[in-house]
Amino acid sequence: MSGSRAQAIVRWTARTVLRATVVLWASATLVFFITRLVPGDPAEAALGGPGSQASEEALDAVRQRYGFDQPLIVQYGIAMLALLRLDLGTSYALRQPVVQILADTVPGTATLAVLALLLAWAMALALTLSHTRSSRAGAAIGDTVEIVASAVPHFWLATILIAVFSTALAWFPPVSTGTPAGLVLPVVTLAVPIAGFLAHVMRGSLDEALSAPFATSAVARGETATGLRFRHALRHAALPALGLSAWAFGYLIGGAVVVETIFARPGLGRSLLQAVTVRDVPVVTGVVLVSALVYVILTVVTDALTRIIDPRIGIVTR
Amino acid sequence: MTHTTSPAVDPLLAVPTPGRRWRRVTLGEVVAVVFAVSLVVASVAPGFLAPQNPAAVAPLDSFQPPSLAHPFGTDESGRDVYTRIVHGAGSSLLIGLAATGIGLATALLLALVAVFGGRFADAVVGRTVEVLFAFPALLSALLVILVLGPGPVAATVAVGLSTAPGYARIIRTSLLRVRASGYVESARLLGHSPARIVLRTILPNALSPLLALATLGVGQAVVWASSLSFLGLGAQPPAPEWGAMLASARVYLTTAWWLTVFPGLLILATTLATTTIGRSLDARSAGWGQSGPSGQSGQSGQSGRPS
Repeated sequence: MSGSRAQAIVRWTARTVLRATVVLWASATLVFFITRLVPGDPAEAALGGPGSQASEEALDAVRQRYGFDQPLIVQYGIAMLALLRLDLGTSYALRQPVVQILADTVPGTATLAVLALLLAWAMALALTLSHTRSSRAGAAIGDTVEIVASAVPHFWLATILIAVFSTALAWFPPVSTGTPAGLVLPVVTLAVPIAGFLAHVMRGSLDEALSAPFATSAVARGETATGLRFRHALRHAALPALGLSAWAFGYLIGGAVVVETIFARPGLGRSLLQAVTVRDVPVVTGVVLVSALVYVILTVVTDALTRIIDPRIGIVTR
Repeated sequence: MTHTTSPAVDPLLAVPTPGRRWRRVTLGEVVAVVFAVSLVVASVAPGFLAPQNPAAVAPLDSFQPPSLAHPFGTDESGRDVYTRIVHGAGSSLLIGLAATGIGLATALLLALVAVFGGRFADAVVGRTVEVLFAFPALLSALLVILVLGPGPVAATVAVGLSTAPGYARIIRTSLLRVRASGYVESARLLGHSPARIVLRTILPNALSPLLALATLGVGQAVVWASSLSFLGLGAQPPAPEWGAMLASARVYLTTAWWLTVFPGLLILATTLATTTIGRSLDARSAGWGQSGPSGQSGQSGQSGRPS
């Protein structure tokens, strides 16, 4: 019995790892071919763009080094082999290895994203548990808060927060440098829209769970309304929202581009924006691959967590 | 099947079910429709709502906070912010509509290939869409801009393409459901040609839920496009477009809040209006004879969010 379960877990892990690897390889391939569509001579771009007036010898040297003079398929092979060695090339604009740039910027953005995701979960749970199936007015208010929260654009929320909490009240700095106080406004900005989406999904499933037969039987056994919510229905409410978390993380990385730019905070998002502006292809490739990697890992983790929280799905199915 | 199938309400937990709320027109829906109509009026005839010239500069009146003469204040050149917002509605909405159109058209093409192109095509499209899901919406939009270069057209295409994978998945499911339905089977038995079945029977039925999805999408597209403009990658500053106004306002963020607050408020209101209208269309269409328990309000709205 336990042996077959262990086997099932091994099989599930093998299949998951294989699938994740395929998605990552496909992402890298896709990004490689998309970046080849960027107009202009890549060798010239590597030397600082058309304005740099690079000599023909210098251009040739770069072409040889990166294999730009080879057929596309050979270039693709070179790029994939380099990727296996975790060599993402050198930034055109910053003249630093891309891996170095990523190592410098990932921790800041990861802190921001993890804190924002935690805050979003806390806000969504509070909102959902307080207003699902409460009075009509309560439900209407909750509904409005949900819709407004998920619709509010990051840049606008950030501006309002800066105007109120930095300019008027001077509680938090408008620029997010290393201090913990500087993290507050960016984290809140990122968390609010996610909380709106999560709360919307959670409310639907909590509502369903509260109508399920097990809820009736719990009430019949003398469970209080609060106890029903926390001990029985919450688990059901959390599941679909958990499934959204990988998506939410992707959304956070997109939001980080805006938030890091507004709060002048060094990070992955800001590097990406700068790289797109000057067409620094290696940096863009690096950031996109990192975010694809994080997405794939999170998908696997949330899938595993879902199976743990909801034993009905089990590890053997599919 | 003309009524919403609402689950039996448990007497112990008797509260209004989500489905019941949507039968009457709510205040929120009225406000949303009124706002949407005034946006359309502003797009078609901006002079009707704001007779002044949006480009009229008045250096002496620069950075006026909101007042009776200038309800939304004035910008760095003394231009009236209210007038510029009204005159910017058209291009901002057009960007949102065009982006949604591009996203839906791309998605429809992908879904049609997947559903009617055989098992191999379905597998290829399915895997590709799965890979595209690994790219967050703003990231794929930035990749498109990397190739096309910044500008309003590039931003529109970028937002449209980045929403396509999400739509494609939903349309594919919808097409599969309709293809397996009884009325398609009977059309086949009547001897209609496959082309006629796809065009006359499957597409109209599979695409009607898309109306709600598209409405939700326009609001999201306006937000994403204005985010790109705000970052300096979309419409450029002299244009009275909401995102571009926000981009030029960024420098004065700490001194002149109204330059950011009011265009942003309009963007937020647009999304709220499209979300409200989209959700109510979705809830209402669920009662219009779709088979299966898809009556949960906002269901397609959830999955239709850009990934």
